[in-house]
Amino acid sequence: MKKNSWINVGFQVGALVVALLITTLLLVAAGAPPLKAYASIISGAFGSSNNIENILITWSPLLLTTAGVLITFSAGLWNIGIEGQMTLGAIFATGVLRALQNTQLPPALIIILGILAGVIGGALWAALAGALKTFGGVNEIFGGLGLNFVSTALTIYLVFGPWKRPGVGSMSGTQPFDEKLWLPSLPHTELSLWALGISLLVIIAVYFMLRGTHLGLRLKAVGKNSKAAFLMGVPTWQYSMFAFLLCGAFAGLSGAIQVTSVYHRLLPNISNGYGFLGLLVAMLINYQALWAAPIAFFFAAVNIGSVQLQIQYKLDSSFAGVLQDLLVLLVLLGEGARQRFIKKG
Amino acid sequence: MDTNTILIGLAGVLAAAAPVLFAVLGETITERAGIINLSMNGSILLSAMGGFAIAQLTGSLMLGFLGGMLIGALVALIVAFSSITLHQSQVAVGFVLALAGRDLSYFLGVPYMNSSGPVLQGLPIPFLKDIPVLGVLLFRQNLITYISYILIFLVWLWIFRTRPGLMLRGIGERPAAAYVRGANVNLMRYVYTIIGGAFIGLAGPAFTLNVKAGWMGTQTGLDGIGWIALSITIFGGWNPIRAAFGAYLFSFLQWLGLVLQSQLPGVPTQVLQVAPFPLMILTLLLVNISDAEWVARILATLPEGARRFTIKLLRTLRASPPASLGVPFESE
Repeated sequence: MKKNSWINVGFQVGALVVALLITTLLLVAAGAPPLKAYASIISGAFGSSNNIENILITWSPLLLTTAGVLITFSAGLWNIGIEGQMTLGAIFATGVLRALQNTQLPPALIIILGILAGVIGGALWAALAGALKTFGGVNEIFGGLGLNFVSTALTIYLVFGPWKRPGVGSMSGTQPFDEKLWLPSLPHTELSLWALGISLLVIIAVYFMLRGTHLGLRLKAVGKNSKAAFLMGVPTWQYSMFAFLLCGAFAGLSGAIQVTSVYHRLLPNISNGYGFLGLLVAMLINYQALWAAPIAFFFAAVNIGSVQLQIQYKLDSSFAGVLQDLLVLLVLLGEGARQRFIKKG
Repeated sequence: MDTNTILIGLAGVLAAAAPVLFAVLGETITERAGIINLSMNGSILLSAMGGFAIAQLTGSLMLGFLGGMLIGALVALIVAFSSITLHQSQVAVGFVLALAGRDLSYFLGVPYMNSSGPVLQGLPIPFLKDIPVLGVLLFRQNLITYISYILIFLVWLWIFRTRPGLMLRGIGERPAAAYVRGANVNLMRYVYTIIGGAFIGLAGPAFTLNVKAGWMGTQTGLDGIGWIALSITIFGGWNPIRAAFGAYLFSFLQWLGLVLQSQLPGVPTQVLQVAPFPLMILTLLLVNISDAEWVARILATLPEGARRFTIKLLRTLRASPPASLGVPFESE
């Protein structure tokens, strides 16, 4: 048992080393001095308090999307539609803030209502993918992808159409909200301790739900073997639907937080790839919620740090993505190699 | 708009559909063999960038297209190796590769951004180009578009009218039975996944050396096309001819969006560009819905005539995936 767990760690370290080796070669190919490039990523991530704040700002939505997909993965579902669910959360939140911004309601109440609307919006969009799957037989991957495109179209329509800025609509989004409708943040930054606190609470709640509750156990039963679970009396489709709703709610929450605390307006591409990144995090941690927070933090740091590459070496900041993708790919391959070539003890 | 403008527009629809068609045909072959290659979006972007870069560096369009095919085949090889040999989830590996290909193409493509490269020239076919209507529509295209027409029928013939094609369907439907009949299931799955990957990789340069010439990083506007091709594959019910119809329909709707743009100035371009997607979801729904239990219950309550008509309609639309799609095969 002891020996096996060491072999596991060995394979994971091996995957990390190979991933870094490949990215180093890529940096050389792109004409950048690799060690200096890595150093600039690290200093870009942790070099100043401003950078660390940016990491924390990125961490929050990523924690929420990771928490969401951990639930759908538990139920055996590939919720690729999470990008759209996050977008709908942002749209609903913006809609409520716009509708109430000129009323006499206290600003705190308006913000809370906006965030709740975002949660509902995300859940509804997820319910649509769930209904397509449950009642229409449309695989959630294809339904979700289609709905992602629809949500993008909807955002662009709103930004350039009914919600456009006075004058002419632009890709820079809708008219920013009045400062009283911003989620309170630390002075001189967009870092909201409310957003961060809620996100951490959600991931902790998901950890305990999947680990120690009846509900979590049944969800996993549906995910592992839905026929067996059904025969044991678990109402299967209701649980799948529940997983979609909860994941959509978290995604919607993260979209609403982007609107109320980071951008203060609706932007095209407001989900910013955080949904897909959450899927990657969940895969990298092998669906173990315990590791979600540190790995999501690491991903956020890589994202923020890579911005420096663009400034210093004129490299594309998609390097962050390359590093993350390769890491996940090699961990998956390493896991496969371990199962194939090392006898299970 | 006069007839000639419309004809030229429709000819453009056929040309613009060619890259998507290659990808859809490639995915159809792959899935027929029982493997899902979810990496398409990344594969297409990487081969689009790579094919353009190679063509620009060597000055050879031919090498650009071949390079794209090689990239697609290599990505497919990773999918095949990880799923067939390492027994990892095809969906997980494919999804990661879809992102990795996209990020890599943006990272490695920086030196080639916004630079001009070779572009495939038109190749009107003598005599045929002068046929009224059809000449303008079909025979004043370029080589890659002609290849796209021909491939539809070749792939169809291969799958449905040849012996190896029968085996191909066998390893996707009932691999155990095919194995008993002497097929080396996993080897064939490797081969078809790689061939399908090469088709998918052809889609990239078919964009950047042809219908959307040049590489412009994130502004190239190709991100998402692989996911579309994936939906069209399902819409196509794993049949090359129906899949081709899907690709042409998609291309047509995008063109229609552009045309309507001038008639409806109030609607932003981007909205019309994505108009096909709700339609895609709706068709996916129609394609799958006849399998649902509640549909059977509702059908039972309909009066005889209406019931027969609906069942017939649903049956025409219906498409079932290869029975062992995504299921690993072990010979022992």
